[in-house]
Amino acid sequence: MFSILRAIWTVFLHLFRRKVTVLYPEEKPRIPPRWRGRIILSRDPDGGERCVACYLCAVACPVGCIALQAAEDEYGRRYPEFFRINFSRCIFCGFCEEACPTCAIQLTTDFEMSEYYRHNLVYEKEDLLISGPGKHPGYNFYKVAGLAIKGKDKGENENESPPVDVKGLLP
Amino acid sequence: MSETARYLLIVFGVLAVMMSIAAGLIWVERRLLGFWQDRYGPNRVGPFGILQPLADMIKVLTKEDWVPPFADRPVFILAPAIIVITVLLAFAVVPFAPGISVADLNVGLLYFLALSSLGVYSVALGGWASDNKYALIGALRASAQMISYEVFMGLSLMGVAMLAGSFNLREIVEAQRRLWFVAPQFLGFVVFFIAGVAETHRLPFDLPEAESELVAGFHSEYSGMKFGLFFVGEYLGITLISALIATLFFGGWLGPLLPPVVWFFIKTFFFIGLFILLRATLPRPRYDQLIRFGWKVMLPLALLNLLVTGGIILAAG
Repeated sequence: MFSILRAIWTVFLHLFRRKVTVLYPEEKPRIPPRWRGRIILSRDPDGGERCVACYLCAVACPVGCIALQAAEDEYGRRYPEFFRINFSRCIFCGFCEEACPTCAIQLTTDFEMSEYYRHNLVYEKEDLLISGPGKHPGYNFYKVAGLAIKGKDKGENENESPPVDVKGLLP
Repeated sequence: MSETARYLLIVFGVLAVMMSIAAGLIWVERRLLGFWQDRYGPNRVGPFGILQPLADMIKVLTKEDWVPPFADRPVFILAPAIIVITVLLAFAVVPFAPGISVADLNVGLLYFLALSSLGVYSVALGGWASDNKYALIGALRASAQMISYEVFMGLSLMGVAMLAGSFNLREIVEAQRRLWFVAPQFLGFVVFFIAGVAETHRLPFDLPEAESELVAGFHSEYSGMKFGLFFVGEYLGITLISALIATLFFGGWLGPLLPPVVWFFIKTFFFIGLFILLRATLPRPRYDQLIRFGWKVMLPLALLNLLVTGGIILAAG
């Protein structure tokens, strides 16, 4: 009996407590930097696309929401001809970011992606590409990779020794 | 102003005020529950969310009004109307202020008890006509609960009737000029309050609905405005019980300084708030606990109250 009355009084006192509600559109919540939100495609510090269209993100994606088509420019540099993410299917697991060998695909802190029409959630390459390097400033895949592209042969990279002549007899 | 025009004004005034209070309680209840759970509750529609009932009303009126093909159609349609009609009729005897009451019946208290008992038909018929086992269980629970709580609800008021020497609600209020009946009839007040909670099947005594066990209880099959009418009936019921507690135990319109109507509504809204506070606090008892509590605790308490009050009145001569 007494406990019931005390419970009623306790609940009444909650009237004067601070509310836990965050009044969202007016009051933005703090988003941690590792938040897995809207997916973007970043560029390397020179302004070139980082994506080399290796399809690893599309393979890693558990819901299969990433579609792309690889192409090659005249110097042998691969790039995606189109790159499409269907955000109505995306579960924001971040596996694509983990799979990406060139740090091209990244998840950002933006989560405000509501749309009135479902097809507006299909993002094309021009919607995904941003102008900067995203979370990995200064990283350029082709500057550290042992791959010959325009203006750089094998072994000419930073911290890279010339390739071993596999047909020679010297140790 | 002629007498007829005055009566019409009172009748339609009471109707309009009660319907708007019932609608406003949707907002009041959700807002207060929010506050008591450290939330804000609905605060978007209009200033402080006060237009929430309007939005709810537009929504509930534009919902599909569906009658299940297996339901007993006429009864199914009639049931939600009964609860609203009986509760609104019961408001006829409530004295809002001196001279402001629809009917000055000399059996007002009995009339209220009769109509609040008729309200159970709504729940019982609604559950029966739905032809749904959960609705039927809800209706059966409602019937059993109403029968057991009706008994001592009436008995708890007899002390008041004895002290005032009248069943007329206006005279009962007048008899409290010196001392509110809550003081000599505290037990009666507690018993009546608990019975009132059970009568309007509000939490913690909402066994007929019991969402966690019975889907939605007696109104599982209802949709659209028929469901809305059950809700309006429930809120009207809360208002009626609160108004009667204020009238019978807390001196109705009596009070200093402020006009009588204001005092009446202050007291009524206090008890409405108490109803909502009970809902925010207490968990639902098991069904057998509810019935046992009714017959084994509340009924003897009501009888004891009756006996002691009668003895004192006799001794005082």
